[in-house]
Amino acid sequence: MAFENTVDVDSPIHDIRTEAIKTFETEGFPTKKQEAWKYTSLNSVLKHDYSVFPKHDNAIEFKDVKKYFIHDIDAYKIIFIDGKYASHLSQTTHDGIDVCLMSSALSKPKYRILIENYFNKIASKDSLSSLNTAFSSEGAYIHIPKNKLVDKPIQIIHFSTGNEAALMLQPRNLVVVDENSHVQIIERHQSLTDNPVLTNSVTEIFANKRAIVDYYKIQNDRESASLIDNTFVNQKQESLAKVHTFSFGGKLIRNNLNFYQNGERIDSTMKGITIIGNKQHVDHNTLVHHIEPNCESHQDYKGIFNDSSTGVFNGKVVVEKEAQKTNAFQANNNILISDKASINTKPQLEIFADDVKCSHGCTIGQLDESAMFYLRSRGIPEKEARALLMFAFSNNVLDSVKIPEIKSRITKIIANKLGVNIGFDL
Amino acid sequence: MLKINNLHASVEDKGILRGINLEVKAGEVHAIMGPNGSGKSTLASVIAGKEEYEVTEGNILLEGEDIEELAAEERAHKGVFLSFQYPVEIPGVSVTNFMKTAINETRKAKGLEDMPANEMLKMIREKSELLEIDRKFLSRSLNEGFSGGEKKRNEIFQMAMLEPKLAILDETDSGLDIDALRIVANGVNKLKSKDNAVIVITHYQRLLDYIVPDYVHVLHNGKIVKSGTKELAHELEAKGYDWIKEEVGA
Repeated sequence: MAFENTVDVDSPIHDIRTEAIKTFETEGFPTKKQEAWKYTSLNSVLKHDYSVFPKHDNAIEFKDVKKYFIHDIDAYKIIFIDGKYASHLSQTTHDGIDVCLMSSALSKPKYRILIENYFNKIASKDSLSSLNTAFSSEGAYIHIPKNKLVDKPIQIIHFSTGNEAALMLQPRNLVVVDENSHVQIIERHQSLTDNPVLTNSVTEIFANKRAIVDYYKIQNDRESASLIDNTFVNQKQESLAKVHTFSFGGKLIRNNLNFYQNGERIDSTMKGITIIGNKQHVDHNTLVHHIEPNCESHQDYKGIFNDSSTGVFNGKVVVEKEAQKTNAFQANNNILISDKASINTKPQLEIFADDVKCSHGCTIGQLDESAMFYLRSRGIPEKEARALLMFAFSNNVLDSVKIPEIKSRITKIIANKLGVNIGFDL
Repeated sequence: MLKINNLHASVEDKGILRGINLEVKAGEVHAIMGPNGSGKSTLASVIAGKEEYEVTEGNILLEGEDIEELAAEERAHKGVFLSFQYPVEIPGVSVTNFMKTAINETRKAKGLEDMPANEMLKMIREKSELLEIDRKFLSRSLNEGFSGGEKKRNEIFQMAMLEPKLAILDETDSGLDIDALRIVANGVNKLKSKDNAVIVITHYQRLLDYIVPDYVHVLHNGKIVKSGTKELAHELEAKGYDWIKEEVGA
């Protein structure tokens, strides 16, 4: 395959790309034979003949896609259509902070040092991330210099129009948050037709000393779209990074979410709500690497599975010998609504330090029948009662969402998903 | 109001109710007493429509209509209310929002529009005063972290909001201190009218000092083995249940 023809050889990352191409060519797509992919097969999403470099410039109007934005708050916006930047839908900035495009960061000299310092520095060298490194040409570039409290959230949305019979996207995001700065980011992938889309995205996040990063992933795509999300978070001392993942839609979603704690007194939080049905599949594969002492990690994932849907939770926590006084918590609670739904949940703790507090708990259950009876005995019909209980079940994840508009959007998506209107905003 | 004929019910093929006959007329208060495991709570749940119980014989008539085939919510819409012995915690749903949902779903079932917000607020204010409930309490998540007394008071608050025809209070006195008991009983007494009826299920006579029953029934082994007036409750309090067991030869 002559990828070189389409890749810019003058780019500062040319060598990185060449290497990545080699890696992917050697390893290929992961298969169920690999431990990390035991419960997730990519076969069904790889059967399509995807275009990787869409030919058309595709215009869509804001009014047609407004509903996919968190539009009731002011936000910076970096919007892509079929992988290409859509300036008419975006609002970028260079005013004190850089909220712009990866392509310009990669090509303009003034970003060169940052790119050299951060680009592909924490992304794994596995085959899928390598595939992205090799092919990606666009994505969001966010740099928040020190002591900045970014005044509004940043929304990153990738639309696909369906103009290609089948489209593969390789978005590449880089987020660097310097000392004492604070940023909120919302990421979403949205297909506008039922033509198959496969997105293999890589996001590298650097939370430097005392930085606060609050990242929300809204995964509510059509059931023709699949997403492999590879996110890597590198934290320095006293930083706080939170990633919320809301997985409600799509055909197959695989979240590879990795946190590396390179400093003391770091706090890493990952929370997720998964509500799926039909034949949907959502796989959360998390890693927290505790490298230094006095750090914390919190994982809380809730899953509700209907019909023949399947879920996977594989949460790995590594506590290095030096990482004394680590507090690592992990919880994965699941409700199976249907007899055909299934979840594979696997905590994986590798602890080499001796003075640590690590806990994990997985539950798989059904909706509590006595709670159902309680609600129904108050006149609340079965469907609505079920919805209320599911909402109650996922409540403590929602509770930690700091942007009220996101919280209300998520609750609306949940209500929609459950087909209820229960007279108040859930 | 309520007429129960030869009611047999079982759970997982185990017979629990074995031929209950009971008639409760509008305006009456009935107490159902009995030792642990006699079937008191089962009777309450069967009337309210809990699905895990199977009615194997007999029927339950509410205002002449057989309600056995109706779902719990449909019975609620027709005016049946059960105050739970162990109310369930629902995090993230406030008492107020829960009541709004319950009331509007009931109205929807009757073909009525949602209750206007100001009317709802007025009703919430009146009923919470009746039960001496702090307004702040109403924005808390339903039953989450409530004390035993708060849970029971909240049950009676829900009863006040839903204005049922037939209220069944299942062990509402358990876990209540004397002040809470008085407030709860006072609430129930104020809600009582000639058009509704109350069934009080209790192990002890204590609550019946405050909610005075017209009739007292003793349940034993899934049957009503003795009925009388409020004096029967005093007798049970003084003598326990053993003499009844002996009397019925169990």
